[in-house]
Amino acid sequence: MDNSAIPQNSLVSVQNLSFSRGNKKIFDDISLEFERGKITAIMGPSGTGKTTLLKLIGGQLFPAQGTITVDGNNVHRLRRTELYNLRKRMGMLFQSGALLTDMSVFDNVAFPLREHTHLPESMIRTLVLMKLQAVGLRGARKLMPNELSGGMARRIALARAIALDPMMIMYDEPFTGQDPISKGALVHLIKSLNTILGLTSIVVSHDVHETAAIADYIYVISEGKVVGQGTPKEIEQSESEWVQQFMTGAADGPAHFHYPAKDYVDDLLSTGKRY
Amino acid sequence: MQHTSTQDTFVGLFVASGIVGLFFLALQVSNLSSFTEHDSYTITARFQNSGGLKVKSPVSAAGVKIGRVSAISFDPKTYESVVQLNIDSQYNTLPDDTTASVFTAGLLGEQYVNLEPGGSDDYLKNGGKIEITQSAIILEKALGQFLFKSAEEKK
Amino acid sequence: MRLLPCTLNLKLMTEFLQQLGQNTRTSFTKLGRGSFFLLQTLSGTLSVLIRPRLLLNQMYSVGVLSFLIITISGLFVGMVLGLQGYYVLSDFGAEETLGVMVAASLVRELGPVVSALLFAGRAGSALTAEIGLMKATEQLSGMEMMAVDPIKRIITPRFLAGFLSMPLLAALFSAIGVIGGQMVGSGLLGVDDGAYWSQMQANMDFRDDILNGVIKSIVFGFVTSWIALFEGYDAIPTSEGVSRATTRTVVNSAFSILGLDFILTVFMFGDN
Repeated sequence: MDNSAIPQNSLVSVQNLSFSRGNKKIFDDISLEFERGKITAIMGPSGTGKTTLLKLIGGQLFPAQGTITVDGNNVHRLRRTELYNLRKRMGMLFQSGALLTDMSVFDNVAFPLREHTHLPESMIRTLVLMKLQAVGLRGARKLMPNELSGGMARRIALARAIALDPMMIMYDEPFTGQDPISKGALVHLIKSLNTILGLTSIVVSHDVHETAAIADYIYVISEGKVVGQGTPKEIEQSESEWVQQFMTGAADGPAHFHYPAKDYVDDLLSTGKRY
Repeated sequence: MQHTSTQDTFVGLFVASGIVGLFFLALQVSNLSSFTEHDSYTITARFQNSGGLKVKSPVSAAGVKIGRVSAISFDPKTYESVVQLNIDSQYNTLPDDTTASVFTAGLLGEQYVNLEPGGSDDYLKNGGKIEITQSAIILEKALGQFLFKSAEEKK
Repeated sequence: MRLLPCTLNLKLMTEFLQQLGQNTRTSFTKLGRGSFFLLQTLSGTLSVLIRPRLLLNQMYSVGVLSFLIITISGLFVGMVLGLQGYYVLSDFGAEETLGVMVAASLVRELGPVVSALLFAGRAGSALTAEIGLMKATEQLSGMEMMAVDPIKRIITPRFLAGFLSMPLLAALFSAIGVIGGQMVGSGLLGVDDGAYWSQMQANMDFRDDILNGVIKSIVFGFVTSWIALFEGYDAIPTSEGVSRATTRTVVNSAFSILGLDFILTVFMFGDN
């Protein structure tokens, strides 16, 4: 495999990736690099396939073209067992938390340990309590997932994602739908986990301020292309109209307020049709 | 997963009661205990007509069931029905001049093979043949003969 | 734009044929996906047998929780059979054969079929909803990202539990039904108790009747669990999608059970 194009300190490298769903092109020949030990953010409006990108990196979806390399392995060339071994070293935090609803918080965090290790139960207990302590929810271990608030569920899911001490974590919209306090807690958590554990983090988000506060590098994606990239400072000062619209939240700009439709006047005048 | 041990107990009870159900069906409903195919010997009887006899029809002597019909075939040379009878091996003292007849239980009941022991001192062995047989009574045939006879008598 | 009537007809016809072709193709695709899913599920059998705890937990929710509905229904079906059978048989003076009638109908048909239908309604729909919701809430996807195969971890134990519980439930149904028939027949209507049992024992065969009934229930358990789990796994991950999948589980299971029952009956009891 040709690894020469991949920068040395890059843990995840996406090259010339194309992916479509039906007729819609989600990614059109994009290339991204995610450096080791850094927090890299992918930003863009909803519906630009940010979650899809994470699933592509995790090997759950297959690209139409291009390669994705994680720690020197081409994700989509790996055999099943190799892919599963790689995934043990990748944590992912789903938007919904994706906690297993038939288990308590404790069992949820213990789940990956019980599945992948043969540790004695006493050691699992210690590890789980440590992970729960790290997210500040050691006291909630007996609760069931339906008793948790959204922010708590996400933190528990984070504790579960770090249970196996992965080399990287992918965060899917970690701030969406959170109150300011939970948001603050998550921002703090992501940042501190990154520095303390030396993790590589990929944050997919459309929350501009929170993301800009913690990211080392930001990619802005729109309509399947990278429209801007750089450190948070560079992005803020970017001259691209598109990036400016996204960062300031203007209603109309290069990204249109209206979903593509035919001419408004024509549409209103064409009577006799139901839709 | 908190009440694991009570759950286990319930699963155990469930499986046990299911197996009890199966045993109940096997022993109480179908009476598996009388199902002893391995301890039997086979004899053959040839009938002019074996009527409505079927595989698994009972074979009885003096009204007691002692075996089952195991196979029925047609002999294309002698135009006879060849019936194989599986007799429980505990009844191994049937004389070789035993008579086999196809009877009907009740007027409309199922047909069975009745064995009438003769007086010989030699017993039937596995693979033995019953020489004297009496065919099934076919109701239509019997009625036809009866009507024919009574018509002749009137003349 | 105006179309001549014949052109219109032609257009409708083409549309109809297109739709028909599309639907046929969709159902074949689904069958293909379902078969692949079944193979994956079966390939996880070994890993479940190494961890019997997974199986045990599912035996509880699939088998034990269906216990009550199965036994109560069995009792009532048996009692009704005793009552109805008595009225018909006593017209011919053949009340003594009530036991045969009750046992034969239960063991050969009603036991496997009715318990499978109840099972599809009680356990099958619950399985579909559970798996569908797990998919909708990204639990399956999350598991995959934790390097845990959701088919082996979630689907296979449930499949095996359904497959193993079904014959036990059907046997219970039949056994309790036979006792229910006896309660009504000899307890209420005065059929001789000895005749009830002895006629039954003389006419019911272990291999032809009991074993064939058990084989039927194994087949039904296999098919019902397969349908329920696949519909859940294949559900569109929205609340509407899951509710539709649950409905499809019950409907498709019922059709498959009744259709397979006919085919199996032809094979098993056809030649005598």
